[in-house]
Amino acid sequence: MAAPIRKSHPLFSIANGALVDLPTPANISTLWNFGSLLGLCLVVQIATGLFLAMHYTADITLAFSSVAHICRDVNYGWLLRATHANGASFFFICLYSHIGRGIYYGSFLYMHTWSVGVIILFLVIATAFLGYVLPWGQMSFWGATVITNLMSAIPFLGTDLVQWIWGGFAVHNATLTRFFTFHFLLPFIVAAATMVHILFLHQTGSNNPLGVSSQLEKVPFHPYFSFKDIVGFMVMLMALILLTLLNPYLLGDPDNFIPANPLVTPAHIQPEWYFLFAYAILRSIPNKLGGVIALVMSVAILFVLPFTHKAKFRSLSFYPLNQFMFWTLVTIVVLLTWIGARKVEDPYILTGQILTGAYFLFYLINPLTLLIWDKLMD
Amino acid sequence: MLSYIGRSCQLAPALKGSVQAVASGLKNAAPVTTQVRYAHSDIQVPDFSAYRRSDVQDPRTKSGESAASRTAFTYMLVGGGTVSGIYAAKSIVTEFISSMAASADVLALAKIEIKMDDIPEGKSITFQWRGKPLFVRHRTDDEIATEGAVDVASLRDPETDEQRCPDSKWLVVLGVCTHLGCVPIADAGDFGGYYCPCHGSHYDGAGRIRKGPAPLNLEIPPYEFQGDLLVVG
Repeated sequence: MAAPIRKSHPLFSIANGALVDLPTPANISTLWNFGSLLGLCLVVQIATGLFLAMHYTADITLAFSSVAHICRDVNYGWLLRATHANGASFFFICLYSHIGRGIYYGSFLYMHTWSVGVIILFLVIATAFLGYVLPWGQMSFWGATVITNLMSAIPFLGTDLVQWIWGGFAVHNATLTRFFTFHFLLPFIVAAATMVHILFLHQTGSNNPLGVSSQLEKVPFHPYFSFKDIVGFMVMLMALILLTLLNPYLLGDPDNFIPANPLVTPAHIQPEWYFLFAYAILRSIPNKLGGVIALVMSVAILFVLPFTHKAKFRSLSFYPLNQFMFWTLVTIVVLLTWIGARKVEDPYILTGQILTGAYFLFYLINPLTLLIWDKLMD
Repeated sequence: MLSYIGRSCQLAPALKGSVQAVASGLKNAAPVTTQVRYAHSDIQVPDFSAYRRSDVQDPRTKSGESAASRTAFTYMLVGGGTVSGIYAAKSIVTEFISSMAASADVLALAKIEIKMDDIPEGKSITFQWRGKPLFVRHRTDDEIATEGAVDVASLRDPETDEQRCPDSKWLVVLGVCTHLGCVPIADAGDFGGYYCPCHGSHYDGAGRIRKGPAPLNLEIPPYEFQGDLLVVG
């Protein structure tokens, strides 16, 4: 009997291998939904971004008013803008949940998949940063100034590098136009990297909550997880729609409704919520270069995880102490997010420094605790 | 899955037997599964009653009796969900496509008002309307008489002067040559109207093509008179 077309057709067989006949562990939980949700977020951001780009002007004299024009004049422009802005927040909610699942269940042991995933994280962080500059409000401008100035901490090359990034002596028109170019380009690189990420994942198959081999208990992706993913899409889209339609500026900064003024710095510069934990880490180190290194390491430390795992079991399902430590890490990140939004004064300075230390300490203590627990259980 | 082993043909008589035993021995007991697994272990068949619909909670009832109502409910849910999904998809597509249509600021400039008192008799003034030049000519009586006497049948694009100028004093035309889109020059050409320098089209005092390569008369936009204002668009 001839094979069904989904298996024999050169193009359909690729889709079939990823979405229909893909052998999937039967016991993967809702935390495994965040991968597909990230794909949905990317599609939403690219679609809304594409249509926003039709009306946006990347020029410092026109950018702010072009965003106002989109919100006020363009048909459904208000909806496109609000969806794109809040879609970025949901992108990071899904990212952090996806990474948290990876840390908790030891998914990072799929080294290639994990490494590409951390690269995607850096790309999305860059994309979000570049995108936030485009409305050319006060927070856009000063956020761009502060973060690009970080590069000046690099010895020898720093100042030249920063002026090269700026295309001038300060954040100005040249900076805005190139930021728009890269904000447009990077999501497509993210899409390509995502395909590589999935390619590597499908070499091994998905992990599962037990962290043991699931080879004996696989089910086809369709219909079980295709429908489960669709339910996840509906839940996330409902949340996005509710936020976008009921309180679209809840997560925004009022200062970004003021056009950029290079001569006046706002009293409280802060990035969007999803960068606050890293911002707190940056500000906790009194040394300029040290702060920059700590900022980069707060994300790059994820690369190190596969090399620190020496436990007998893959996931934390059987390590209660480490589960507690994991949730302590989550709490630390939430508290760092809070600190990142506070002024640089007592008691927040010391609190931020302690939390920064605790954050990095987790990555040291966690594998050691796993080893000790294994020895105790032996 | 191991449970399928119990449904194979060879084992059917044994399976039926065990169903009989369950049915006769436990008439008044709580609902139990009639499924039997011939597994080489003590695996217990899980209780799926939390997932069952109320009509088929009791394994002794015939599922065929409630099949129609259960199917109808499912179909209603699927049908309703499909209709909602199609409506949502249509709304999303409409939203994206209409975002590319003319925005409110463009539509706001789609109409312009011109004070007629600002245009002396015998003069043609050019305005910008929807990104294109608009010629407004305050015609003299001589011009009106000349255009009214033209043999319409001989025109390439036959239109009477009355058709083109409801108020004969005012000629309102788009200043875009119907040949290839250049802007004609006012008060030029052989027919007392407009002349297009690009390829030599001559238009008369009613904006009708009289000589040259242009196929049609100059386009007349929608307009109306509101008191002393000419509103175009």
